[in-house]
Amino acid sequence: MTNARKQAFHRGVAAPLLQPNIDTDAIIPSREIRRVSKEGLGDALFSGWRYRSADNREPEPGFVLNQPRYREASILLAGDNFGCGSSREHAVWALKDFGVKVILAPSFGGIFFNNCALNGILAIELEEDAIARLARWVQADPGGNTLEIDLAARRIRWREGKEMHFDIEPARRGLLLKGLDSIAATLRQESAIRAFEEKDRKRRPWVYEFPDCQEPAP
Amino acid sequence: MPATLLDKLWSLHEIADLGGRDSLIHIDRVFLHERTGSIALRGLEQEGRSVRAPRRVFCTMDHIVDTRPGRGDISLVPHGREFIEATRHSAKNAGIHLFDIDDSRQGIVHVVAAENGIVLPGTSAVCPDSHTCTLGALGALAWGIGSTEAEHALATSTLRVSRPRSMRVNFLGETAPNVSAKDMILHLIASFGSRAGRGYAVEFAGSAIRALGMGGRFTLCNMAVEMGAFTGMIAPDERTIAYVRDTPFAPRGPLAQQAQTHWRELRSDEGAEFDLELEIDCAQIAPLVTWGTNPEQLADINGVVPEPEALEDRQKTLAARQALAYMDLRPGTPLRSIRIDAAFIGSCTNNRIDDLRDAANYLRGKKIVPWVQALCVPGSSATRRQAEAEGLDEIFLAAGFEWREAGCSLCFHAGGESFGGRRVISSTNRNFQGRQGPGARTHLGSPLTVAASACRGYISTAEES
Ligand code: SF4
Repeated sequence: MTNARKQAFHRGVAAPLLQPNIDTDAIIPSREIRRVSKEGLGDALFSGWRYRSADNREPEPGFVLNQPRYREASILLAGDNFGCGSSREHAVWALKDFGVKVILAPSFGGIFFNNCALNGILAIELEEDAIARLARWVQADPGGNTLEIDLAARRIRWREGKEMHFDIEPARRGLLLKGLDSIAATLRQESAIRAFEEKDRKRRPWVYEFPDCQEPAP
Repeated sequence: MPATLLDKLWSLHEIADLGGRDSLIHIDRVFLHERTGSIALRGLEQEGRSVRAPRRVFCTMDHIVDTRPGRGDISLVPHGREFIEATRHSAKNAGIHLFDIDDSRQGIVHVVAAENGIVLPGTSAVCPDSHTCTLGALGALAWGIGSTEAEHALATSTLRVSRPRSMRVNFLGETAPNVSAKDMILHLIASFGSRAGRGYAVEFAGSAIRALGMGGRFTLCNMAVEMGAFTGMIAPDERTIAYVRDTPFAPRGPLAQQAQTHWRELRSDEGAEFDLELEIDCAQIAPLVTWGTNPEQLADINGVVPEPEALEDRQKTLAARQALAYMDLRPGTPLRSIRIDAAFIGSCTNNRIDDLRDAANYLRGKKIVPWVQALCVPGSSATRRQAEAEGLDEIFLAAGFEWREAGCSLCFHAGGESFGGRRVISSTNRNFQGRQGPGARTHLGSPLTVAASACRGYISTAEES
């Protein structure tokens, strides 16, 4: 779990992708997962929508991330339930590889939400109205589609003097601010884990000792 | 103070309170598969870390492995073999249990974890797969995680988890005979939406749940994630205990007695308080089929495709418009007039022996229409053998279904076999765009609905073909 990376402040281009229920199959279709690897998946991001055909990779000009003003997007303004569906972490790896740092949505798929934090992507829950406001601003001004996200201050700023606050759980914020390696942190608790298991073994021995099953004869 | 089932499961596994809602939770079982498990194992290797308790870690081949008869390591999935070999290699290195392609216990992870007694009532179990919630049907605390969290669980036998809120859904009364567990969960999702469960562990309770066999209970919990829940769960009862009793990894002898006493205590106490309680009147449930690209986009099988503008909120209208464009459907179209090209009985939602019996009972002596390609894919090799012992394979074959080896198969499209461009009636859990192949249009329904639709060539219920 060394993927988490410090991210206290981000300034970047925001792209609106407001339809609800964008699932992880849409973020990265399963057919794009071709290697046992977390790397190089940015090219496959939204491939079902981004390309005219999956094979020739010719850009679909209508898709938001193909429009010149959003091509460099690192912030997504998303619809409700973003990242629902399959647990595939490839969705987050693809977003990260593409350069996405922050996603704002009214709500997220649960596993996706955790995967984001563990990979240093800041997923922020924000009311639909607030997102619609940001989207309107981003869409209205071709030159001004830049947002500033300040995690330390829990603040989004979109124009001189225009800002709004957001909430985030303290643990998630801590993880993102510190870029923690949580395996290493938990391994330091090994004695507590072992003590728990010793006690638990008396209470539920069958969890720890079970028949050493070989494959039964067919 | 009276405790909920969730309270009991949580305190059974809590090693430390980490502040806020977070706890360090002991993980009794980790299950992996070749799609996402391979990457977690490799991630761990690359960090120079090892699996802390390999005996409590299991792995199967289900997502990429071929399901055509006579299969081997070659899969139609591009680079499929790389996943299979990497998984085999890493599993051996790590010293974990592997149910390889030719193992008699091979099958879909959530099916084999249950039928082998690997996940038991009261255990905590995770898998880098969103449908791990299926196993909550045993009264286990089971949920899906990402690959990075899987690395954490493998290396430490624990996870840092934010405690979900508690919800109980009471299914009251009785269902009509042609209404299955699939229709019950679809009805719940249709009633409250695909985000209703967000942040909750959902306990399914009530007379209709007690009356439900284990197969139906797994179906119900399987789709808890389709309402956005952290997990689903059902308190163990005598039916659960009978199911678990003879499974290979279950406790035997005096340990079995001790375990059963413990399992019987795993239920919400009288008067326990939930953060949210919902009720479903089972008499109101009819067979349901989806018309859209999210499981909440559903209608009664005798109903019509709705008018997007008539839906209650703007987001739903927007989503419905997009879904109908993808599904190539017009508002007002009766569902029963929708012609299908393919039919799929399979997936961790609906391919246990009860499901196969349901569908086979209907198909006995019938034939599917010539324009439909129909597949039946058992959930595990053991289920397949059981079905064959009962002669169900012959019924499926005679009706015109293909009879496959166990695995996920066309539940999802990984680049290999595909329902691309076709309209499918499917017993699976997700109807997302492209889920079963590029441009594939998926309608979700029960195994019975799939069987009936395959025989008429149009979306159908059991009575009318
Ligand atoms: S059967 Fe489908 S939903 Fe179930 S684990 Fe396999 S791919 Fe996932």
